[in-house]
Amino acid sequence: MKRIYVNEKWCLGCHLCEYECAFAATGLSDMAKALKGKRIAPKIRVEDCGDIHFAVNCRHCKDALCVKSCISGALSKGEDGVVRIDRDKCVGCLTCVLVCPYGAIMPAPDGHAAQKCQLCTDNTCGVPNCVAHCPNNAIVFEER
Amino acid sequence: MDMYIQPEYEVVRREDRCIACRVCERQCANLVHSFDPETGKMQADDSKCVNCHRCVCLCPTHALKIVKSDDTYRQNANWDGQTINEVYKQANAGGVLLSSMGNPKPFPVFWDKMLVNASQVTNPPIDPLREPMETQLYLGKRTVKIERDERGRIKNTLPPQLKLSAPIMFSAMSYGSISYNAHEALARAAEELGIYYNTGEGGLHKDFYKYGKNTIVQVASGRFGVFKDYLETAAAIEIKMGQGAKPGIGGHLPGAKISADVSETRMIPEGVDAISPAPHHDIYSIEDLRQLVYSLKEATEYKKPVIVKIAAVHNVAAIASGIARSGADIIAIDGYRGGTGAAPTRIRDNVGIPVELALAEVDARLREEGIRDEVSIVVGGSVRSSADVVKAIALGADACYIGTAALLALGCHLCRTCHEGKCNWGIATQRPDLVKRLNPDIGYKRLVNLVTAWNHEIQEMMGGMGINSVEALRGNRLMLRGIGLTDTELRILGIKYAGESL
Repeated sequence: MKRIYVNEKWCLGCHLCEYECAFAATGLSDMAKALKGKRIAPKIRVEDCGDIHFAVNCRHCKDALCVKSCISGALSKGEDGVVRIDRDKCVGCLTCVLVCPYGAIMPAPDGHAAQKCQLCTDNTCGVPNCVAHCPNNAIVFEER
Repeated sequence: MDMYIQPEYEVVRREDRCIACRVCERQCANLVHSFDPETGKMQADDSKCVNCHRCVCLCPTHALKIVKSDDTYRQNANWDGQTINEVYKQANAGGVLLSSMGNPKPFPVFWDKMLVNASQVTNPPIDPLREPMETQLYLGKRTVKIERDERGRIKNTLPPQLKLSAPIMFSAMSYGSISYNAHEALARAAEELGIYYNTGEGGLHKDFYKYGKNTIVQVASGRFGVFKDYLETAAAIEIKMGQGAKPGIGGHLPGAKISADVSETRMIPEGVDAISPAPHHDIYSIEDLRQLVYSLKEATEYKKPVIVKIAAVHNVAAIASGIARSGADIIAIDGYRGGTGAAPTRIRDNVGIPVELALAEVDARLREEGIRDEVSIVVGGSVRSSADVVKAIALGADACYIGTAALLALGCHLCRTCHEGKCNWGIATQRPDLVKRLNPDIGYKRLVNLVTAWNHEIQEMMGGMGINSVEALRGNRLMLRGIGLTDTELRILGIKYAGESL
């Protein structure tokens, strides 16, 4: 399946992907209107350590620990390979947050459920918005 | 910062659009932007801004613009703001002023004062989409005597040639003045396009030997990185006598830019200033130049053309005539608007002549003396578009060098502060965190796009003239007419005024 991959060599640590991710989730057409004065809760996070930068988001594991550990059946792996979360089923126990080895699932800002990257299949972007707006092609969406 | 000098540009931030994402702050190597956690707002220090537009381009909400400050000295047509500031700067620091990229002064641009012909009625134009339109060409000597072997077959006595798919090459920019990634982008683009890029005087990085067949290596007065493999791997060797941006002076790459990699490539100690002397200390005459030309030919078994690059200066035609007789295969002429990674401001802005005039003079002189076929002519020094290329060819050039245009394709915004080594676009810098901003995968495609687009436009313009090959356009000055030029300028350019018939 096509996944989002990050090439550390080209990641500048600009953090644009975080804002593009948060923007994509709002469904609005103007980023200033969507994010002005808001605290963002992106599903991709850039980890920085000195000159090393690396964007991290869900790897959509073949044998996903989060899916196995979900107590309410909210997490599932679709036929397309995308690991999705059903907010209505999620009880907010955050077990998935604890088991994810990449730290790629996090509590949603409303606190009632977890949230994770679903490769922008849950919005109207078409292609993952972080990939589309990475200025240095550090984030790519491809089959490997 | 000097208290006398006020910021030239101001950062304007639209508060209603800024979401304080801090991308501008993270992307500015000049540390203009900062975040104030108390107010939750971004702020800017205008005095550090060089107007490179990195923040403007990356701001996701288009909240930024950079404007020329309207803070001004008392208006004075003689002492303009910049002139006054330069005096203040020198009074403060006591040093020679440095600048980068090409001469920005409002001198006439002769490319813009020439118009190109088109066919009407009696000689039909050609549609390049339907009919063959040749932009491939060869550079090198064309003086061949037909010789036969003992069985009467014609011997191949053609001197070595460079084959180009378009009349465009990337001009010399050294590793050191520009980054590894910029070099990789140029090398890969040259390979894909079937043209050449030029190492400049900084040697050839070991990773780029594989692009040798699309590489012109330079031998300059500092002889940096010159050794057997360097010469052998190249498609051609260029002797750099001068550079359009700074004719008559050498170069000085500060020790701070001599990283381990640059030091290995240039074959000089790490952290030591790289000084290129103004003259080649072994060349004081055409005869001396001839010795170097033939030394290089001898070293490479006469398999590679040798280029001699000179800056366009007052007696350029006589100098070119000498070069043509020195055994060189190609003469490269660099005009006074050519770029540089660093040059003394006074030299950049006041020395040299326009390449258009130099080219016209050189071509005319070599024809007069019957030695035009001894050499090909390549011109650079602000060739800005395919129209400039077409006009250059019609004036007598075989091909053009593009440097600034190529850097623009890679993201350069002509802020002209290359000499500070903090290029926010990852081009004119050796700082690893900045170099990585130029991803050669993106860069080389943009270069390929640029040259491909220009080549299409050259074909279109040639087609309009009813000409179907670059070779047939070369030196065809009847295809040009001048506009807004004096009689002297027309005479030097060897063209008629717009409206004048044959």
